[in-house]
Amino acid sequence: MDLIALASCLSSPACIVTQSTGGLIIGMLLFLVAAGLTLIFGVLKVINFTHGSFYMLGAYFALTIFQFTGSYTLTILGAGAATAIVGLVFERLFISRVYGQNVLMQLLVCYGFVLIFDDVVKIVWGVEFKSMGMPPAFQLPPLFIAGGVVPPFYLFLIGMAFLIGLALWLVIDKTRLGKTIRAVAHNPSMVAALGINTGFLYGLVFALGGLLAGFAGALAAPVRSLTPGMGFSILIESFIVTVIGGMGSIMGAFVAALALGLIRSFGSLGFPLFTDGLMYLFMVVVLIARPTGLFGKEIA
Amino acid sequence: MTRRSLALDVAIGAAALALLALLPLVFPSKALVDFLIRGSALALFATSLNFLVGYGGMVSFGHGMFFGLGAYSFALLMQRTGMPIPAAFALALIMCAALAFVVGVICVRLNEIYFAFLTLAFQMLVHSVIILWVPLTGGDQGLRGGIPRPPFLGINLANQMHLYLMSCTLLIAGLVLLHHLVQSPFGYTLRMIRDNAARASFLGVAVLRVRLTAFVLAGVFAGIGGVIMSLFVSGAYPEFAYWTISGEGIFMIMLGGLNSFLGPVAGTVILLVLNDFVTRVTEYYGLTLGTVILLFALGLRRGLLDVLVDLWHRNSPFSKVKA
Repeated sequence: MDLIALASCLSSPACIVTQSTGGLIIGMLLFLVAAGLTLIFGVLKVINFTHGSFYMLGAYFALTIFQFTGSYTLTILGAGAATAIVGLVFERLFISRVYGQNVLMQLLVCYGFVLIFDDVVKIVWGVEFKSMGMPPAFQLPPLFIAGGVVPPFYLFLIGMAFLIGLALWLVIDKTRLGKTIRAVAHNPSMVAALGINTGFLYGLVFALGGLLAGFAGALAAPVRSLTPGMGFSILIESFIVTVIGGMGSIMGAFVAALALGLIRSFGSLGFPLFTDGLMYLFMVVVLIARPTGLFGKEIA
Repeated sequence: MTRRSLALDVAIGAAALALLALLPLVFPSKALVDFLIRGSALALFATSLNFLVGYGGMVSFGHGMFFGLGAYSFALLMQRTGMPIPAAFALALIMCAALAFVVGVICVRLNEIYFAFLTLAFQMLVHSVIILWVPLTGGDQGLRGGIPRPPFLGINLANQMHLYLMSCTLLIAGLVLLHHLVQSPFGYTLRMIRDNAARASFLGVAVLRVRLTAFVLAGVFAGIGGVIMSLFVSGAYPEFAYWTISGEGIFMIMLGGLNSFLGPVAGTVILLVLNDFVTRVTEYYGLTLGTVILLFALGLRRGLLDVLVDLWHRNSPFSKVKA
């Protein structure tokens, strides 16, 4: 433990700024992944264990698209779209076969794909660490905010993730499509009886989850190194986020993701060996106090 | 499912043990003995997990914490105190029971998904503590330096054959005990709670107490698996308490069949053979294993033993078919 380092950081505005932006980056990427996860769970009651792999695929798609086009805008859009297609195909061909079955059977199917996607990435892109590099538009001198160093891309990442989250909220909360999605989450057979194609909606929700994970992968690609196992760690962390926030609650995912990002960022100063432990401790405390998570509703 | 008497279980267990004891004499291979020791540890772990999942309907994602705690506490007691092996064994299991009690009190009142994730969180907390507490546990390097094995009652666990026989005995004894529990009124109460907790509570069953008891029992049997594993590797590693081991336990159950008592044992053999075979044959381990898992999940839709049991029931003229 290194409480002195933590205390000295908390007494310096520069350090607080640096650590906070670091924490926000972690938190925002986590949010994008966890939002898809929690959306899929809320609507389909499926715990999508392949969601980390979607994030990984998004990042690798981004790498390839950026190498070919050199345009980061195209990279983000392309990676999101490609991952959305992966999500759609995965749901229509495989996950749709195990709806209503034992949760563990769904988990098994997902885990099979986690292994397969990891190997596919190894075959296509190789086992070694890859890095996309910073897009030229962001190769600018860092900003200084209250003495803290903040790379401009960090601000872009946080802003983009925030806008994507806002757009997601508008779609789910304000549009007719969002209303239908919420209805199908509530009572699928009633929605089907009203003549709405629920299979199509399920596929769409998975595609939306894939889109979010793909965006997250593309936004992470310039600041993270890409490895075939990168989906695994974000998977566990985004599970913590969805559980703390309450399964199915996008707002909960947002709050929990930011909290977790800040815990990771400041915790790594004070408790370098126990950073992961802090996250789990946080989760234990939240679940003991509120067994359905911060924003969760009782599911019978 | 018909009730069998304990005497019959013991007789079947003794016969199985005799077969296991003869096996290395027929096929003298060190690899086979190693495989079966490892298999005993993991089969006991998987069966204890299925006691929770299959019979209790409590899907724990954190069962590995008891496997890890069993391994670490046994290895540490032997390294630090030099007490006799049976004493360290008993103490290690008591520690597993104590941890299971504390975690269980908090977890058993939660419903399915949150139960799964809270157990996972506790497991990762245990794992984090192991990583953090370097002076005691050796941190991420694992507990090294070997485990002293003073002979007791003429048993010398430094001898690989003695360790093999001991592992098999613990496995069979554990399976017989668990089977007895499953067939007891307690086991049937547990199934009733799994199928309809509200009705069980109307009938006067103390639901939480039964679930907690099952959680503690499962933790103790997982701890036995951990002790065997620590003797096998002569130490303990943080991976024993990592979530992947709980995941493997679940896959073993699912591959072997969660509705058959011996399903998890079959699943352990399937997974271990697959692991060993696939890593030897191809570098695309994930692709191969993933495909096999998908064949099981989407093709068979059940574990192997469940499929076989169904076939048996369908073809046997004596069977009284029961779901």
